[in-house]
Amino acid sequence: MSLLVNLVLLFFLLVMALAVLKTKHLFAMAMLFGLYSLLVAGLFVVLDAPDVAFTEAAVGTGISTVLMLVTLASIRDGHEATTHGKYRVAPLVICIFMGGLLIFGTHDIAELGDANSAPNREVAARYIEKGQSETGVPNLVTAVLASYRGFDTLGEVTVVLTAGIGVLLLLGKRKKIHVKTSGGGNGK
Amino acid sequence: MGNDLILRVVTKWLSPVIILFALYVQFHGDYSPGGGFQAGVIFSSAILLYGLTYGLDAALKVVPETALKVCASIGVLLYTGVGVVSMLRGGNFLNYSVLLDSPIAGQHLGIIVIELGVGITVASVMILLFFTFARRVTPE
Repeated sequence: MSLLVNLVLLFFLLVMALAVLKTKHLFAMAMLFGLYSLLVAGLFVVLDAPDVAFTEAAVGTGISTVLMLVTLASIRDGHEATTHGKYRVAPLVICIFMGGLLIFGTHDIAELGDANSAPNREVAARYIEKGQSETGVPNLVTAVLASYRGFDTLGEVTVVLTAGIGVLLLLGKRKKIHVKTSGGGNGK
Repeated sequence: MGNDLILRVVTKWLSPVIILFALYVQFHGDYSPGGGFQAGVIFSSAILLYGLTYGLDAALKVVPETALKVCASIGVLLYTGVGVVSMLRGGNFLNYSVLLDSPIAGQHLGIIVIELGVGITVASVMILLFFTFARRVTPE
């Protein structure tokens, strides 16, 4: 059953990816990216990772799609991607090389659910064995993220805050910046 | 989207439900899937939906921008604060076991507080991002 669901999801994922490549209209592209994320979220549910699925559905489908749409709305024109019909060789070579490298790299990833793989034997086994008795939290993902890996999560939150500050500095209100020009008129 | 009646009515009924769900994910994250980050993005998506339907000004009235900027920092401070408190009580940084008398109760308290910190920061930053981007959309 889960194989069937996986196949359907992966098939539609492929369709979405090709549709994003084929479409010329940037609004349609943004919406298709949202659908792509929704399908990935579905895949995460099939893989028994509802925590990640939540994040993917809310961030990938919701927030990033909205941000892309808002960005497109703030641009007056250029909503159509234009191609000149010329094909360049160098990007193709780089893409094929990178893709090949990634596929080569997947051979070192442990088989899904393999009990004898290194991460499952060492650290994960410890978490599963002692996690609930040490933290008293039934959701193991929360126990690992918040308690065992608390320092990492602190770093992640700081990154989120830093990203927000960066966007505010770049795009925020520009009232306070006054560049004096010799003519007396303000720039922006 | 000015006067789309169906959209407005649906948003009005849907936003509180989304916020309620975000609070559930936030405070029930130690028993069911979810946690601070998920709750934060779900909460902000409710405000995003409201802002998309009713306009930026209406959304700014619901959550003022200054409060968001303060909240974004408060979340991180709350998180670090838990670490500092556990240091003051004689443990390592972010060792929640020393927060209360029993280690398990301390762990539980620590996890709930830092998840709250994560949720507050993530929600505020996501809404701030939307506001900052949306302000650049020039009215037609």
